[in-house]
Amino acid sequence: MTSGSQSLWPVLFEALGQTLQMVFVTLGIGGLAGLLLGLGLYTTRQGNLLSNRPVYFVLNLIVNIIRPIPFIIFISAMLPLTIKVTGTSFGPTAAIFPMSIMATVATSRIVEQNIVALDPGLIEAARAMGASPLRIIATVIIPEALGPLILGYTFLFVGITDMSAMAGAVAGGGLGDFAIVYGYQRYNFVVTWIAVGVIIVVVQLAQLVGNILARRVLRR
Amino acid sequence: MGATVSLRGVTKDFDTPGGSIRAVDNVSLDIGSGEVFGIIGYSGAGKSTLVRLINGLETPTSGSVAIDGQVITGLPERRLRPVRAGIGFVFQQFNLLSSRTVAGNVGFPLRVAGVDRRARERRVAELLDFVGLADKAQQYPDQLSGGQKQRVGIARALATKPSLLLADEATSALDPETTRDVLDLLRRANDRLGVTIAVITHEMSVVSYLCSRVAVMEMGHVVETGPVYDVFADPQRPVTRRFVGTALHDRPRADVVARLRQRHSGRIVTVAVTDQNGSSTLLTERLRHYGVDGAVIHGGITEIDSRPLGALTVELVGLDSAIEELLSDLRRHTDVVDHGTAQNPIDSTDEDGDPR
Repeated sequence: MTSGSQSLWPVLFEALGQTLQMVFVTLGIGGLAGLLLGLGLYTTRQGNLLSNRPVYFVLNLIVNIIRPIPFIIFISAMLPLTIKVTGTSFGPTAAIFPMSIMATVATSRIVEQNIVALDPGLIEAARAMGASPLRIIATVIIPEALGPLILGYTFLFVGITDMSAMAGAVAGGGLGDFAIVYGYQRYNFVVTWIAVGVIIVVVQLAQLVGNILARRVLRR
Repeated sequence: MGATVSLRGVTKDFDTPGGSIRAVDNVSLDIGSGEVFGIIGYSGAGKSTLVRLINGLETPTSGSVAIDGQVITGLPERRLRPVRAGIGFVFQQFNLLSSRTVAGNVGFPLRVAGVDRRARERRVAELLDFVGLADKAQQYPDQLSGGQKQRVGIARALATKPSLLLADEATSALDPETTRDVLDLLRRANDRLGVTIAVITHEMSVVSYLCSRVAVMEMGHVVETGPVYDVFADPQRPVTRRFVGTALHDRPRADVVARLRQRHSGRIVTVAVTDQNGSSTLLTERLRHYGVDGAVIHGGITEIDSRPLGALTVELVGLDSAIEELLSDLRRHTDVVDHGTAQNPIDSTDEDGDPR
């Protein structure tokens, strides 16, 4: 795999490194912030633990406004803010900022959906024991929903990998960028296919790890 | 010592999209220390709401709830938590945490109460011993049978040494045999630990097996309350009679009476048997006295609260005048229902065909 006289393998490995950096940092920031936002959505919903109509309304509105924006448009619309926050407009660091925001919003829905399915009886039992809302979240809600949450985060990993490829469109670096610059723009399909292959391998590995962890937590 | 519970004019409304619904309507009742008190009603009668008002999971719209003389109504959530921690709760669907072992579940309320690990382990071992599940400590709830799960639920409810235990349909998801085990366990908790127990149920057999007093609920109201024996022996309200009828099959329904009249040509009467009227010996003795033949053709006598209770339906054969004298004599001592004869039937059941 070459471009002119240059071997593309080191470039590919660098791109893979950038992708993994973007994905893991985004997963860390967006995953954590999304967990909090998702818990906020769940607990403030009417009739739930911290039932609070105005707060729920605002959180729900924010999520509903950001979620439907196509990421490729979101990333360019966010550019002025990205420059302010990260001090740069390209490279993985610049991509991580909008990715984290989108990941937070996406995660919040995944978290909310998985804990909505929890048996309300478990929360009532904990309340009947005199447990505080924070303790119920930490020792009942999250542990009881952990299996589905792990699978949700695995799904999220795939979504973030997808996002990171789009970051290539605004010179964010990574495998997407690599595929566009060295494959698409030079009509070199082999390069594109190799980039696709590497992404498939990364996603498969993530899914494998997620499934194993979830199975262990669910004891199945 | 078991706690006392005192409800004064407690009403609870729920706002629903279809308007406000009154789940509990002006209920006043007292549960004494160490008592096993039954609250019976059909689903939707308001009993589950009532029990959640007792431990402050719900706040009354009006009226007040006091535990051990301390009014808990109006307390802020932060101050309600320690109150709830001192009240055990047993759920119909067990509500065990699937992510924790049996020991983890039983120890959970102790964690909430801030008990340190070593004291917790000691107490959990003690509790699992008490409910007979010491060998299941490291198993997960999904590996247990329904009866075992409920025993874990009871161990968990007893973990913080509560003075009051609330059992909300604790046996309704269990088969009859397991139900008996779980009821025995509740009874043992009451005997050995002196804990006051409020039992919410729709099964009169649970009340007769476990409780000393009972309140009957219908549409949010407590319509009848009293010692279990009295309620069984002399139910005042139709709903109570229906509940008693589900536990005692001693009085014939309309269709049974019709068949009895077909099979037996004599006068058919049902005589109540309680410990107030010398049990069935009175009947035997009176029959002999008036020279009337009596054959028992339906009914039975059972024990409620360790006292005899039941009804015997007998076919009377003899002189009409002797039978009339016998009946008026019996009526002075006990409740007698006259079904008449095949030729002259007397309507002795209500419009639903239930014994009156």
